[in-house]
Amino acid sequence: MTESSWDESQPIVSIKDVHKSFGNLEVLKGISMDVMKGEVICIIGPSGSGKSTLIRCINALNDIQAGSITVEGIEVNDSKLDKLELRKKVGMVFQQYNLFPHKTALENVMMAPIKVLKQSPSDVESRARALIEKVRLQGKEDSYPGELSGGQQQRVAIARSLAMNPDIMLFDEVTAALDPETVKEVLVTIKDLAEEGMTCMLVTHEMGFAKEIADHIYFTDRGVIVEHGPPATFFADAKDERTKEFLSQIL
Amino acid sequence: MIKPNKIPGIQSRPSTDLPVLKPFTAKAAGEPEDLLFSRWLASTPIWAWLLLIVIIFAWPGVSSAASSYTMTQAFQALWRWLPFIITGGFLFNVIISFFAMLIGTAFGVVLGLMQISPLRIIRWPAQFLTQIFRNSPWLVLLFIVLLALPFEVEIAGEIIRIPDWVKAVFGLCLPIMANISEVVRGAINSVPSGQWEAAESLAYTRQQTLWQIILPQCFKRMIPPWMNWYAILTMATPLCSLLGVEELITLSRQAIEAENNRPELLVPFYGFALLIFFAYCYPIARATIALERRFAVKL
Ligand SMILES: Nc1ncnc2c1ncn2[C@@H]1O[C@H](COP(=O)(O)OP(=O)(O)OP(=O)(O)O)[C@@H](O)[C@H]1O
Ligand SMILES: [Mg+2]
Repeated sequence: MTESSWDESQPIVSIKDVHKSFGNLEVLKGISMDVMKGEVICIIGPSGSGKSTLIRCINALNDIQAGSITVEGIEVNDSKLDKLELRKKVGMVFQQYNLFPHKTALENVMMAPIKVLKQSPSDVESRARALIEKVRLQGKEDSYPGELSGGQQQRVAIARSLAMNPDIMLFDEVTAALDPETVKEVLVTIKDLAEEGMTCMLVTHEMGFAKEIADHIYFTDRGVIVEHGPPATFFADAKDERTKEFLSQIL
Repeated sequence: MIKPNKIPGIQSRPSTDLPVLKPFTAKAAGEPEDLLFSRWLASTPIWAWLLLIVIIFAWPGVSSAASSYTMTQAFQALWRWLPFIITGGFLFNVIISFFAMLIGTAFGVVLGLMQISPLRIIRWPAQFLTQIFRNSPWLVLLFIVLLALPFEVEIAGEIIRIPDWVKAVFGLCLPIMANISEVVRGAINSVPSGQWEAAESLAYTRQQTLWQIILPQCFKRMIPPWMNWYAILTMATPLCSLLGVEELITLSRQAIEAENNRPELLVPFYGFALLIFFAYCYPIARATIALERRFAVKL
């Protein structure tokens, strides 16, 4: 499949029977899922079940041993893959924010479009200021990451990723390192994004949030998808024992 | 697996255990515990200095109780030779250390960057050279270079003699190169791998990530260990006197000989040399420690 053959009637991210091992440890044992453009999907599951690994395979931070992942028709499991082109389409936000500590909030947002996409600094600046406003951080443009709270840093990280104009956003437990008061501000930002039609794939432990915004929820355990479905049915009548046990612990 | 720290607001250092640029587990040479020499020198109290001075200058008086040579005479001898020892001698120690540091740093930075290359063919030779030169006795390296370098070179028909001090520079820049290589590697590895991943996921190339994200963050961390190595290097320059290079120790010996090899002069002259080295390196050590403290708070 080539890029030109992709259109919006097909899944924007298509994962088929993906296998991934670290040495002898098989972490993903045949995962498949399809995500349509504009959909919000949440991946939940116990620690160590391979959620982060899966999501990092989508933008080729991890490679896979077998199976196929396509993003807008581009095959990710391909030795000739142009990783940079892929990553321009896929934004990622990490649990630990990973802002560049030597740059201000505004510079963090502006750097990649200028250096990577070679856009003109003045255009980028006006867009970056708009993004900072969008994540409700006006006034913090010139603060360094060390001067911001966790929640604020995470919102800068989201703005930084959005500045690349990605088609898909990946969120890996982005609220897990935050204290409860600041979790909400980050979730609100993600919700805004989802409502604007951004395709989002989230790994999260926030069940209430998943229920509220997800179009589809996947439950993974030990490298396989045990159960999946839209939130209404997923939470109401989970069939698998492992899912039920997990939900009873967390809800 | 190192689990990410989930305590709110507290960010654990290695934020992920995923495999991005973690080829080594060895202790980073850029870490503060490596500034042992500067730390020791910078923390020397004033009374220790005074004690040293007193011992050096009181020596002739004590040892010459039975002889006719007095303390004043010893002082006068030292005073007479001072310009010779300083301008002809110590100046060369400074020049040698300066050029050895310059060349060593230039090659060391290249070698350090090669050490983190994803390509084995680049990484392995760099690691090998670094380890060899870092762990060899400096004097042996000096002798090898002295004997390996030609006595003279012919450039455009002209025969130019390579002065010994130039050979000494090459000999001393080898261990410096290797140690700076480790400083660079250590500093780069001290940046959490999350920084690489964040840049990668923003479509930065590896080179862009290194030069625009990683090096600007760890550049400051390299300065204290770099200065520490400069001080160590300066202290090592008297080794060159064994090769016959004219520097502080060589000239001190010549001065003593000119004064009829009086044994009472040994301690004042060599003690004075010791003092000059300490006095030269002391401010460097203080600055190293001060910078290290300042940068430690910032990052
Ligand atoms: N770089 C690596 N090398 C070796 N093993 C790894 C590596 N990264 C992850 N693993 C292993 O893969 C398994 C899945 O890890 P992963 O981080 O994907 O889990 P997770 O579902 O995201 O868990 P959590 O909820 O704790 O984040 C774990 O057993 C982990 O130890
Ligand atoms: Mg995870």
